Amino acid sequence: MRSRKNWNYTLRSRRRLRAAKRFLFLLPSLGGVSCFVILPFGKMAASSFFTVLTNEFAGFRNYEAVFHNEAFRLAVRNTARFIALGLPLLLLGSLGLALMISGSPRLDKYKYLYLLPLAVPAATMVLVWKLLFSGQGFLNRLLGTHENFLGEESAFYILVGSYLWKNLGYTMVLWLAGLRAIPEAILDAAKVDGAGRVKRFLLITLPCLRGCISTVLVVSLLNFFKVFREVYLVGGAYPQRSIYMLQNVFQNWYVNLEQDKLAAGAVLLAAVLGTVSLLLQRLWDHGET
Amino acid sequence: MNKKKTERCLKVVSWFCVAGLGILICVPLALLLCGSLADETEWGQRIRPLLKDSREYIEWKWIPDYPTLNNYRELLFYAPDFLTLFWNSMKMTAGILGGQLLVGVPAAWAFAVYRFRGKGALFSLYILLMLLPFQTTMLAKYLVLNGLGLVDTAWAVILPAVFSTFPVFLAYRGFQGIPSELFEAARMDGAGEWDVFARVGLPLAESSIMAAFVVSFFEVWNMVEEPLAFLKDMSLWPLSLYLPQIGPQQAGRAGAASVITLTVSLFVFGMFRDSLEQGIVSSALKM
Repeated sequence: MRSRKNWNYTLRSRRRLRAAKRFLFLLPSLGGVSCFVILPFGKMAASSFFTVLTNEFAGFRNYEAVFHNEAFRLAVRNTARFIALGLPLLLLGSLGLALMISGSPRLDKYKYLYLLPLAVPAATMVLVWKLLFSGQGFLNRLLGTHENFLGEESAFYILVGSYLWKNLGYTMVLWLAGLRAIPEAILDAAKVDGAGRVKRFLLITLPCLRGCISTVLVVSLLNFFKVFREVYLVGGAYPQRSIYMLQNVFQNWYVNLEQDKLAAGAVLLAAVLGTVSLLLQRLWDHGET
Repeated sequence: MNKKKTERCLKVVSWFCVAGLGILICVPLALLLCGSLADETEWGQRIRPLLKDSREYIEWKWIPDYPTLNNYRELLFYAPDFLTLFWNSMKMTAGILGGQLLVGVPAAWAFAVYRFRGKGALFSLYILLMLLPFQTTMLAKYLVLNGLGLVDTAWAVILPAVFSTFPVFLAYRGFQGIPSELFEAARMDGAGEWDVFARVGLPLAESSIMAAFVVSFFEVWNMVEEPLAFLKDMSLWPLSLYLPQIGPQQAGRAGAASVITLTVSLFVFGMFRDSLEQGIVSSALKM
């Protein structure tokens, strides 16, 4: 016969063993991520308060240098402008398309056309851009002009366009999923009660999509940072001013071995994105309840 | 009857929007496909205005004057470097996807199913890492890889990508969609945690895991920054870095190389089209 104390002990150790076993699932990933990103990034964050060459404590001087850096400011402006224009366009455009497709099942098959650009390599995209938008390209042929669209302010809009081109499909399918999850009965009931199309959309569809929005935002933001490939391939390290993005700044700091600024800038960006990720998670939890 | 009319009108308009835009989106692809069928000399003539900086325009023809498969033949049989890079790409992709399956999927499972202290904070950190652009972590990764002596080997690209947190996020959403009663039932029946994961969790979340992998595949297959930063030896480069080196003078060849690169992606896309969609669907739904 086991004493009560002994029994408790076995139970507890068994539970502990189970917890340990469960932790094993996470361990490889956590280990790798710590080794390759978290720890070295933490070290870099710590070093952002020092001057690399002399190893002298610098306080916030590196951060000041980053804030006063002309290239960094330009990049922040461009990046903010890009997100301010591209994100709403992408979200609304894809939502519109998703609404149309969910409205008539015959359109369903076209959605694959929109998913295709996901598979296109960035370099291929850039080649097509050159054929389309260079001074002697097809667009100029159509317009009868000789402008190098890639070397001017318009490069920014071409970039936004290619962001939309690439991500419209994925975002649309995300929205479609959200739309399909809305119970038909609610919409029908509202229809019977005399709610019009617009009213139904605003009062039923939109609130029901709330849980979907955070995923869409995360994925769209994530894909925004991938736009750098196109920027880099079309313009190299120093592209046209209007498409000089944050990633360019970091890339150039990396190449020029400006570790002080790179560290401080990376910490700043991580802080901003961390806030965004926390806010999104708040939105998530909100959507779940 | 007015209502019916507007209804029909809306349908026609949305058909035009959806189908029209969809076809417009695919025009660049068609452009490439057609372009890859014209040989070097023909492209040379077409592209001449671009080089001379003249007032003329690049000529466009949907159907080349002398359609030929020469570009493909040359790339596949007479360009050893192309094949090397193709196999590099294959190896890297297989390594990364395999690693993500072994590392990322169990982690997603732990995040979705178990409760432990600090889970919320840790998951926020994972999302942050997923959002951070590569350029900010590049130096940190380089220092680690350099310390391990892995720079300029295929591992320099494979290892960091294996620990990417994006697949974890996607698979997490899939696992989260499974009602936890199912796991409880399996545990009642005496299944160990591993069995619950492998026999209940994995099969039920299959489509979202597949979707995570298809998206990952597109990522890895088209990788540019990572190999550029960590591989100096060009014989180790993946295919995605071969394309940027071809100038517009060899547009036909570039077109063919793009089409070959794309074909692999499209093959994957076609095979897993449905699970890609289902997976995206389950990642979007609120649970």
